[in-house]
Formats: sequence, C-alpha cells, structure tokens
Amino acid sequence: MMNLEVHLPGLNLKNPVMPASGCFGFGREYSQFYDLGKLGAVIMKAATGEARLGNDTPRVAETSSGMLNAIGLQNPGVEKIIENEVPFLAKYDTAIIANVAGSTLEEYEFVASTFNEAKDVCALELNISCPNVKEGGIQFGTDPYMAAKVTEKVKEASNLPVYVKLSPNVTDFVSMAKAVEKAGADGLSMINTITGMQIHLPTQKPLLSNKTGGLSGPAIKPIAIRMIYEVKQQVSIPIIGMGGISNAEDVLEFLLAGASAVAVGAANFTNPFICSEIIDNLPSTLEKYGINSVQDAIGKAVF
Amino acid sequence: MIKKEKMRVISSRQVAKDTTEMVLQNTYISETSVPGQFLHIFLDGHTLRRPISIADINKDRQTVTILFKKLGDGTEQLAKVTEGMLLDVLGPSGNGFDMCLEEGDTALLIGGGIGVPPMYSLGKKYSERNIQVVSVLGFQSKEYVFYEEKFKELGKTHIVTNDGSYGAKGFVTDVLCKVRGFDHYYSCGPIPMLKSVKNTLEGKRGSISLEERMGCGIGACYACVVPAQTEEGYKKICSDGPVFDVLEVVL
Ligand SMILES: Cc1cc2nc3c(=O)[nH]c(=O)nc-3n(C[C@H](O)[C@H](O)[C@H](O)COP(=O)(O)OP(=O)(O)OC[C@H]3O[C@@H](n4cnc5c(N)ncnc54)[C@H](O)[C@@H]3O)c2cc1C
Ligand SMILES: Cc1cc2nc3c(=O)[nH]c(=O)nc-3n(C[C@H](O)[C@H](O)[C@H](O)COP(=O)(O)O)c2cc1C
Ligand code: FES
Repeated sequence: MMNLEVHLPGLNLKNPVMPASGCFGFGREYSQFYDLGKLGAVIMKAATGEARLGNDTPRVAETSSGMLNAIGLQNPGVEKIIENEVPFLAKYDTAIIANVAGSTLEEYEFVASTFNEAKDVCALELNISCPNVKEGGIQFGTDPYMAAKVTEKVKEASNLPVYVKLSPNVTDFVSMAKAVEKAGADGLSMINTITGMQIHLPTQKPLLSNKTGGLSGPAIKPIAIRMIYEVKQQVSIPIIGMGGISNAEDVLEFLLAGASAVAVGAANFTNPFICSEIIDNLPSTLEKYGINSVQDAIGKAVF
Repeated sequence: MIKKEKMRVISSRQVAKDTTEMVLQNTYISETSVPGQFLHIFLDGHTLRRPISIADINKDRQTVTILFKKLGDGTEQLAKVTEGMLLDVLGPSGNGFDMCLEEGDTALLIGGGIGVPPMYSLGKKYSERNIQVVSVLGFQSKEYVFYEEKFKELGKTHIVTNDGSYGAKGFVTDVLCKVRGFDHYYSCGPIPMLKSVKNTLEGKRGSISLEERMGCGIGACYACVVPAQTEEGYKKICSDGPVFDVLEVVL
C-alpha cells in the first residue's frame, strides 16, 4: 500500500490533504457527505477575537477558471468556536488546525492564546493575508517587519506550532517567507487569494460590494506553484500548499514543487466530495508517475 | 438531507422568451423535495454551481421540473442540455415554504420573473389540500409570460407586465389591492419587489424566498448571508432559507 503519511510540526497526518480555511466552515456541512476522519486535517474558518459580521453581499463572483470572494472574515469569535465547533470536529480522527485572524497585534495574540487553552487544536494557521477586511490582516502580510513581529507575538502567546499563511499580493514574496521563518514560524501556508475585481455589466459597477475580492481556483494554480518552488529553495520550514487544487494530479504537482501537505479551497464548492475523491485517487496517481510515497515527492522538482 | 445525484433530462422546451422548462428524473430528489427548495446544478467548466428552484414535483413519475431564464453563461449552457443527458445536482437544497394553511384557507402567491417557478409547486401542493390559491404574477412583457394556464388551473390568476403588453400594466403591487381576503402570502422575486410587497401587505402574515450569489450552497462559506432579527444578526440563504418569514429577515 502506498504510504501517504506526512509528519510536520504538530501534525502527524495520515495523508497530506485538508480543506482550506474558509471553504469548509467548521466541517459540519461537509460531514453529511463523507466521514471527515478520512481527511489528513481540517483547517477551520478564520477566528477573530470577537464575532464579525463580514461584508455586505454580493460576496462571491465567478471568474474564468475560478472565483472571487470577499466574505470579510465573518465568524462567531474565537471563544464560540472553541465552545461550539472544535468539539464537533474533535469527534473525527483528523488533525484540527485553527486559522487565526485579527486587526491588531493584541487581537492576534488573544486569539492565539485562547486556542492554546483549547484542547484538540493541533496547530495554528496565522492568517496575515486576508485581502478582504479594511483595517488589519493585510498590513501584517505585506511588510516583512510586521509579519515577523506578529509571528513572534503569536509564538509567545501559544505553544502550538504556527504555520504562517502568506499573501501573494506582494512583490518580494521570498523575503516575507524568510522573515517569518526567522521570527520562529514552524511552517508556511501558501497561497492565500490574489486580489482581483469584476465589473458587473448591467450596473457598470464592481460586482462585489467590497469592490475587490480574492481570486482562487484553478486560475491561480500556476502562481501558487511558482511561489512554492521559489520559497522552497530559500526556506527550510515545511509548506502547506494551496491554490486551485482540484484533483490528485494537482496535489502531486504541489508536492513536487515543494509543498509537504496541501489544502483544497474553492473546489469544495464545485464538488463537495472533492477532498475525499482526491485522497482515493492519490495512491494511483503517485504510482502512475513512479513515486513510492508522499514523502518521496516533496520538493522533487526543486532539488 | 442533501445528496449529490445524477438527474436525467426527460424533456427540455422553451416556454417563453429566454425561458426553459426542464423535467428531470431522479428517485431520491423527487421523493424528498418540497416546494421552496432548490437544486444546485453543476455545469461543465464552471467553478460555482447554479441554484435553480424546484417548480414542480411529480412523485409518481419520479421527476421534478425546473424553469429558468437565460441570464448569463451558466443558464445559457443549461438551456443547451438536451433530453437524455445527465445533470450533476446537489439537492434538495434549503428549506421549503412553511405550509401552515388548512382546508378552507386562502394562499396568496406573488411571483416576479424567475421568482414565479417556486410559486407553482407551492400552489399545486396547496390546491391538492383544498386550500384556495390566488396568484399574482409579474413579468417584464408579454413574450416572457409563462405558466399562466397552469396557475389558472389552481385558482384566480392576475398577470402583470411592466410595460402593459399583457394583463395589467405595472408591478405586482399595483394589483394586490384587488386581492381581498387571504390568510398567508408567499412571494419570490427581486429584492425591490419583495420590499414593496412587504410594505404593501404590512401586518399580513407572509413568507418570502430570497436569492443571493452562492458559493457552497450548503451553509459552509457564508457567501449568501442576509441580515436578520436574530441573536447572530444574520441568516444563510442557502441553508437557513431560501424561504423566510417576512419578519425574520431585514430586506
Ligand atoms: C435559491 C435560488 C433559486 C433560484 N431559482 C431560479 C429559478 O427557478 N429560475 C431561474 O431562472 N433562476 C433562478 N435563480 C437565479 C439563478 O440562480 C441565476 O439566474 C443563475 O445562477 C445565473 O447564472 P448565469 O451563469 O446564467 O449568470 P451569470 O451572471 O453569468 O452568473 C455568474 C455567477 O453569479 C451567480 N448569479 C447571477 N445571478 C444570480 C441570481 N439572481 N441569484 C443567484 N446567483 C446568481 C451565478 O450563479 C454565477 O455563480 C435562483 C437563485 C437562487 C439563489
Ligand atoms: C469563500 C472563501 C473564503 C475564504 N476564507 C478564508 C479565511 O477565512 N482564512 C484564510 O486564511 N483563507 C481563506 N480563504 C483562502 C483559502 O483558504 C485558500 O488559501 C485560497 O482559496 C486558495 O485555494 P483554492 O484556489 O483551492 O481556493 C478563503 C477562500 C474562499 C474561496
Ligand atoms: S452559499 Fe455558502 S453559505 Fe450559502
């Protein structure tokens, strides 16, 4: 049998596939389709210090080979998530990763330290790259100094391993990756969505109420692959790769480019069974290309 | 429970300008659907599925009917799907109408454009239960009018067109004053229409069905929220709706 296991800081995964933050809620809705225990891990929807209502609608638009979203980090707040959502996911044999968001250093610290007290959360994904909220998030994701600062603070506030989720909306992505590695990040998560816009022809105005939104789906896959490939050469912490994955071949491509695990986002909307189907197809896909295990594929295109 | 099913296209025909009626066969969907629910339809090459209301349910033939208007790429593509082909569908999605009326009561159905289809399955169900049905249906103009005869079989039907090319001229609200005595109203259509229906019929009990651009269609992504008078302050149209009590949500 093909060995699909991967071992990353805080995460012993039976396979490298997990749903991406914001595309799977807290798992409840998808649990009606298949056993979530099949997943390597689940990355929960973003958590902020207090409840957030998010942006006005429309919040999504379809694009060629993808979609734009501007949800605006709507969530019930970290405490409610720990009380109501984590226990549900903990019933399944899968690793739980919490996505930590905020507008200030203090908010990030608060969310991280609150998750630290919660049992059953295995790792934090530090979201410094949400393009869809006015103040916050993104300034930490575009300035290497700020990114390092928030990484340090969150590492101090929590004992959990921290995977920093980087924004592709910067000119020097590699410096960002290096800065957070130096600041103590245990891993990287990349890429978040790329800022885009769609004009609605009937009204001749931006379609999304937020005007801009984050592009995801197959359209961004080559960008994600390129960024992972570049970062892998310069950074030694593991990478959770994402951006446009919709089948097992895509997963292999991410592994070869240097990702140690992968997350699937928008494809869950097209097909709610996608993560489960990818996991089923991964062994034969690896085999087809003469690869003996997931571990063997990681970074093979780079070195 | 929502399932991912393959539905066979039994027939597809144009019933009005840019408007297609499609009959789809599937045991699970036809047996479990109720009026007000929708199908979330996959279309090749599209990241997002398209939500379309269930317009009729036939348990004997194991079919449901949908009616849709060509609006953009997706509905254009759907209109080209022909008899015998299979559609990948999530459904039945969302919750049905609160069918609270009893024998002898009167239901007022108010549909505008592509909001007309869900009114038909509801009216049919109600009329089977000996509940009086009165319908007010609004369309852009004469060539867009569909299902007039079918609604007439259910009860008194008023047609309104924006340009007056058929039936009364104006908006559905312009003829609501003609409808006397009903116990509950049900409405589906564009938000401005729903707002003016709500204002015109203030004080009456009513249910409305809402539309919004969707991502997942199952309640996971928060794309389709509407402000609501609840502790959380919002409802998800795809999973808490699309049908709501008129007092529950903020239009
Ligand atoms: C619960 C529900 C029930 C519906 N029932 C019907 C029906 O019975 N008959 C019918 O003709 N139409 C119905 N609609 C509207 C229908 O979903 C849209 O007309 C359709 O999605 C447009 O797709 P398109 O690719 O042709 O248009 P495009 O404009 O190219 O679509 C682009 C994107 O926007 C979304 N979108 C565009 N307009 C709407 C809209 N009004 N509502 C929701 N999403 C939209 C599309 O799904 C797609 O993701 C319903 C919508 C909802 C939410
Ligand atoms: C509707 C939606 C909501 C998202 N919400 C979040 C979020 O809350 N936190 C986060 O870090 N990323 C969020 N993302 C980004 C995804 O986790 C992922 O990085 C991105 O979509 C790229 O993957 P994909 O192309 O497979 O969708 C969201 C994406 C989408 C489409
Ligand atoms: S469309 Fe995803 S929550 Fe409604």
